[in-house]
Amino acid sequence: MTVTPLGIPRRLLEFTLDGEPVRAPEGATILDACRAAGKDVPTLCEGDTLTPKNACRVCVVEVEGARTLVPACSRKAEPGMEVRTGTERARHARKVVLELLASSVDLSTTPRAAEWIKEYEAKPDRFGPDAARVDEEPRVDNDLYVRDYGKCILCYKCVDACGDQWQNSFAISVAGRGFDARIAVEHDGPLTESACVYCGNCVEVCPTGALSFKSEFDMRAAGTWNESAQTRTTTVCAYCGVGCNLTLHVQDNEIVKVSSPHDNPVTHGNLCIKGRFGYQHVQNRD
Amino acid sequence: MDLRFGDSKPTDEERAAVDALLGPPESSWEGADRTDADLRWARGGREARGRRDLLLPGLHAVNDRVGWISEGALDYLCRRLTVPPSEAYGVATFYAMFSVRPRPATVLHVCTDLACAAAGAGALCAGIASRLGTTPGTDGTGGISGVSVERSPCLGLCERAPAALAIRAGDPVRTAVSAPATVESAVLAATAPDAAPDEPPAVMAVPQAGDPTLTLLRRIGVADPESLDDYRAHGGYTALRRAFALGPAGVIREVTDSGLVGRGGAAFPTGRKWQATASQPDRPHHLVCNADESEPGTFKDRVIMEGDPYALVEAMTIAAYATGAHKGYLYLRGEYPQALHRMRYAIDRARARGLLGDDILGQGFAFDIEIRRGAGAYICGEETALFSSIEGYRGEPRSKPPFPVEKGLFGKPTVENNVETLVNVLPVLTMGAPAYAAIGTERSTGPKLFCVSGSVGRPGVYEVPFGATLGELLELADVRDGLRAVLLGGAAGGFVRADELGIPLTFEGTRQAGTTLGSGVVMAFDDTVPLPRLLLRIAQFFRDESCGQCVPCRVGTVRQEEALTRIVERTGAGAAGDIALLREVGSAMRDASICGLGQTAWNAVESAIDRLGAYE
Repeated sequence: MTVTPLGIPRRLLEFTLDGEPVRAPEGATILDACRAAGKDVPTLCEGDTLTPKNACRVCVVEVEGARTLVPACSRKAEPGMEVRTGTERARHARKVVLELLASSVDLSTTPRAAEWIKEYEAKPDRFGPDAARVDEEPRVDNDLYVRDYGKCILCYKCVDACGDQWQNSFAISVAGRGFDARIAVEHDGPLTESACVYCGNCVEVCPTGALSFKSEFDMRAAGTWNESAQTRTTTVCAYCGVGCNLTLHVQDNEIVKVSSPHDNPVTHGNLCIKGRFGYQHVQNRD
Repeated sequence: MDLRFGDSKPTDEERAAVDALLGPPESSWEGADRTDADLRWARGGREARGRRDLLLPGLHAVNDRVGWISEGALDYLCRRLTVPPSEAYGVATFYAMFSVRPRPATVLHVCTDLACAAAGAGALCAGIASRLGTTPGTDGTGGISGVSVERSPCLGLCERAPAALAIRAGDPVRTAVSAPATVESAVLAATAPDAAPDEPPAVMAVPQAGDPTLTLLRRIGVADPESLDDYRAHGGYTALRRAFALGPAGVIREVTDSGLVGRGGAAFPTGRKWQATASQPDRPHHLVCNADESEPGTFKDRVIMEGDPYALVEAMTIAAYATGAHKGYLYLRGEYPQALHRMRYAIDRARARGLLGDDILGQGFAFDIEIRRGAGAYICGEETALFSSIEGYRGEPRSKPPFPVEKGLFGKPTVENNVETLVNVLPVLTMGAPAYAAIGTERSTGPKLFCVSGSVGRPGVYEVPFGATLGELLELADVRDGLRAVLLGGAAGGFVRADELGIPLTFEGTRQAGTTLGSGVVMAFDDTVPLPRLLLRIAQFFRDESCGQCVPCRVGTVRQEEALTRIVERTGAGAAGDIALLREVGSAMRDASICGLGQTAWNAVESAIDRLGAYE
């Protein structure tokens, strides 16, 4: 029997969201309330299994009385707050943030990025052909996953997943400063000389595809990656007794990627190297 | 925590530098040779990790001794402190004064910021480069001379522009300041720092020195900054005695009634901040003095620390007494060797005389001050970034709320004040709140320090009561003919025109005039300085100093610099498209950045376009 933890009952607090009175449990963020009310606020650095760093600023909303816009993903709802999600100011900031991101990194594998760019009428090309970009060659230094920092928006999710929010391996950190800041292992070396344990939990949370399975990276390079032709089957990892859930992504009868359901109460989408990458024996046909 | 450390070993010198700070390692778990006893029990855990805040001092120790931080040194430091090497690498690469690549032992930082650029820093750089055989910023080898020359943001020596600071690694590390610098004097400072002439005393930066009407600057040039007796003979420690007589709540009441507000730029009421910290039930409380003075054009805190160091020690003691803190951190800018020396000496003297320690003045109050050096990061002057920096993390700002009074340094209630704010507490207590509040205007009370530089005959720190006009201040400083614009508040501030000298120098007066007082920078520019170049330098400053955490600032500051580069020689319709672009990016930076750096990165450029018509 699965026991769903209910936690301590939480008080509901009332505030105004786009002119409508809403109720949210104490401790909920503005984003939680927006989602409960069916409002679509774009997010990138927010993830369902992590505490967001509120670094991307694409979820900003206007709060009455606040000097600046506030990130919906991190600001807790307060009683009596007046929040507006679609004001000119908030939409302008989101538009510019999308333009700044799209003009500096490759968002081609970021889910929903193209949709938001269209919705906010962002024009990333307006900074001209000479606008500085994060031009990094994909780093292929191991057989399991690839780091393509030309797609990285520095959301800090991989750092948090590798660090104290999940894995406690602390293999990666942000190094450098400003526009030159990059995710790096110690001394900016290859993964194979780092503290990485290849759990792939960073790949699981990456919102842009900057971190991807080597299999996915190779198939994309070869032009054979086709998500619409893939099936997803959630099963139980057979390696040990913990019983983590795996979701096998299968294309042409081959496992091409393994993820894990984020709502699993034990693993919250996290796996170890065996569950994440140890699937070759399943399809060994010799 | 199961950390993985690399195989690279520190050199003997690197190991000695770290051990001099942390003491010898106690077991192989900390990096000593392995013994049989080490195999039977593991050290580590929370206690070992509790020294994370020594990471920045440790990086300084290695950098000071060797000049750069090698893999072996970093790994050894990580082992000693139980810090993940990737995080330590992230911290080491955050600060401009550290290098993780080999470089010469001597680094010459040549200031190319606003005041120095106007005073000929460009030619100075070129001259130094040709003499030393290196190209600033590009050559890590130091060429034939063994000196690495780096272009630096404002060194806080604007009254003696142009300025250069030489740092030679060794035991001990040597520094030499050359200001006003010539090619000769800068090269001498870099090649023979021991032979370079001493820095002039702080009084040289105070044109009003000796004026009996001064309050904050009255001891500078009058009392010997090294002598505690001299400090006491000139009224020192009367404020602390009064504080003990009033009790903590009484001190807070006096400070609140005085109307004192923060002088770092945000103008938050000091009494309210102290009250909010004092009333937090969570313990311990911390006191942090923000002496990471990095706003281009600001040097008042340096002058106070160099010229009247005991005043800051006394003021920090009072602040700690009022807010219930027993430990104070003085976060001192890494580029201020003289201030560091003076403050270290003053704190040691005060401790030796029982004015810091377990039982101050026999009142049973325990308090001590620890100095932490910054390492070249403007962002660390932001209050929460400063906490991260002290704690041994990258100096990235945190989102507020929670505010520092509730969760600040080490997650505990913290009161953080600027140097100038703290030394204002002394006159508040000695003259009493009503007398203090009578100085200045109704809403901006007390005396205010202004850092006047640029096109003036007598640059330096000036003390005037709030309410004096910009014109009066510039007259004091003997402003030169041909004034075109004045920059108020530094790079994060704004320009005003030469015909706006009637602006009263108060928080409300500048706000009403659509500008800001900021940290008290008043930089005058005459019509020989090309404004677009100045704006480009400001934009470069923000690009270089952005921590990179949030998108609007990380990419926005780059796009701002690119647009200003495009229009540096253009006007009118040729610049209109890029100005429109700048406005859009600027408003997004102002609205959506996490901290004040990104929020103000467009201020000066906007004011130059709107008020000065910079591209018309």
